[in-house]
Amino acid sequence: MKSYLLDIRRLVSRDNNITQLIAMTAVIFIVMAALNPDKFLRYYNFESITYLFPELGVLSIAMLVALLTGGIDLSVIGIANLSGILAGLFFHTILSSAQSAGGGLPVVIAGVLLSLSVGLAAGALNGFLITRLRVTPILATLGTGQIFTGLALVLTGGPAIVGFPAAWDFIGNGKILGLATPFVLFVIIAAGMAYVLSRTTFGLSLLLIGTNPKAAVFAGLKKGRMIFYGYMTTGLLASIAGILLSGRTNAAKSDYGTSYLLQAILIAVLGGTNPAGGKGTVAGISIAVIALMLLSSGFQILRFSNHLIDFIWGAFLLLVIAINAFKNRVR
Amino acid sequence: MVLFRRSETIIATILVLAMIAIGLVNPAFWQLDNMFSLLRSNVVIGIMALGVLMVMLSGGFDVSFPAFAVASMYLTVKGMLYFGYVGVFLPFLVSVAIGVLCGCLNGFFVYKFRMVPLIVTLGTGSMVRGFLLGVVGTSIVNIDRFPPVLIEFAKAEVFSVVKSDGTHSGLTAMVLLYFGLALLVHLVLRHTMIGRSVYALGCGAEAANRVGFNLKKTIFFIYCSAGALAGFAGILHCSMIWLANPRDFVGMDLEVIAAVVLGGASIFGGRGSVLGTMLGVFMLVMVQNSLIIMKVDTTWQLVVVGIIIVIATVATAWRDRKRQA
Repeated sequence: MKSYLLDIRRLVSRDNNITQLIAMTAVIFIVMAALNPDKFLRYYNFESITYLFPELGVLSIAMLVALLTGGIDLSVIGIANLSGILAGLFFHTILSSAQSAGGGLPVVIAGVLLSLSVGLAAGALNGFLITRLRVTPILATLGTGQIFTGLALVLTGGPAIVGFPAAWDFIGNGKILGLATPFVLFVIIAAGMAYVLSRTTFGLSLLLIGTNPKAAVFAGLKKGRMIFYGYMTTGLLASIAGILLSGRTNAAKSDYGTSYLLQAILIAVLGGTNPAGGKGTVAGISIAVIALMLLSSGFQILRFSNHLIDFIWGAFLLLVIAINAFKNRVR
Repeated sequence: MVLFRRSETIIATILVLAMIAIGLVNPAFWQLDNMFSLLRSNVVIGIMALGVLMVMLSGGFDVSFPAFAVASMYLTVKGMLYFGYVGVFLPFLVSVAIGVLCGCLNGFFVYKFRMVPLIVTLGTGSMVRGFLLGVVGTSIVNIDRFPPVLIEFAKAEVFSVVKSDGTHSGLTAMVLLYFGLALLVHLVLRHTMIGRSVYALGCGAEAANRVGFNLKKTIFFIYCSAGALAGFAGILHCSMIWLANPRDFVGMDLEVIAAVVLGGASIFGGRGSVLGTMLGVFMLVMVQNSLIIMKVDTTWQLVVVGIIIVIATVATAWRDRKRQA
């Protein structure tokens, strides 16, 4: 009976957080719309947002999984770029030998599988370092992130890889039933991850381990193995983000999206994730990413430079920290 | 036998072995020129590493110092040009002061809101760099406009050798500044109350508090000193390369953190020393420098640095576990 009551209270407080986020999104929307209605409120603007935000959203969910366990993953950008680049190189070798311009669907599917397995392997390396060799997540992923980015640089030699097949382009720029393909993929991934994190043994184990690692071990959870799988999931999601990124830009480069790391962490924190572990939802992340995309698109329309937008992201992160701290004190 | 168990001894041993190995591959490594340029490249990254060491000793993590360094350097040089100021002392003071101000921001957020330092410094770093590039400007101050006083200052040499073919090579006097600062940080950390409180905080915040340390003072001291060192490193850097580029130091955070970890500092805090950090910095700079000497393609640099970080962290994790057992 008591646990049932607790459950309801948790649900309400979680909804509170999400209500706040929705309110914040609405405020951003109204302010941006008021500042520049004819440009901000165009259909084109929202359509371009649905193409842009999924890669950042998937990266943030990847970060969420790592944060839930009480760790962090600084190598997600490296994983994303490496998997995009390897897929690009794969297409180059296959297509130049087969002489079939455009590239068939099977080739693209093979490329996607290759990217995903790169993500899984990279995540497994992180997981191995963290659970087996007991390296702190920050340092382990810092080092592997350098290695992944470095390998990407070695493979490309610096310039971007271009010329992906048409079907790959479809992943980043196509439309399904009038909706952007990346957006559809994001909805599927977010729903899937929400299910995994809240309804499966694996997801609940991650939450419990993040809440209290010691108690989780005494409760009989296989802590090491679960965290290992957690980092593999993070790697997999990061490589999906890499596919979306290289699909949209039709290119892959070793230093794409370096500012995404800060943004992914910011979105995770803004979405109610506790960096100490154990707390965070996919729903929160999804709303936070939309809020921030509205914010940044609004500032872009107002002709703010990209550097100033970086400044605003940073200031926003600090502001969110302050607000969260204030909220916790009141409670 | 205590000497053998200290991590500094182990690092120094590895360092000497690595130097011998590199010297065997390419004897040019041991030339005076190369040694001088090695020491020279230690200066800026070493001074930054001292700041990172202090943060790491307290159990924190700082990724904002490259932004602070570049901001203090660029603002100071811009200011010198604007006012037409000629002199060395004041610019360094201003640069350090800007660093301290930025560091205060970190200290405020870490202390007041008890937020994970990594996330705070990610935010402040992005803010400071965004402000610098977005508001102050993105243009590089090139050698034709760069204040000559600073160039003259950084040209000073401890001693120089004129070789038989007439070329001359010298050891920059900036090395003395680096060693002096290192000695200062060492003395403060080992022999003052505020220095001991940094270690205490790193070993356990609650315990440090109960013993009677003022954590607010300690945290502000740590982050302001780290900012000051970053500011000093920034202005020294631009004086040594004769130009001020507001996009400098990107990605430097990982490099410096790697050096500090390599030097045996524990990320959980409470463990690490100035000597170890200096050895770690030397090791990292030497490896990067020697890749070129050993004719390895420069694109491999990131991979090698990454592998070094992983090996160093695995080794320290293994050491920590063994001690606990």
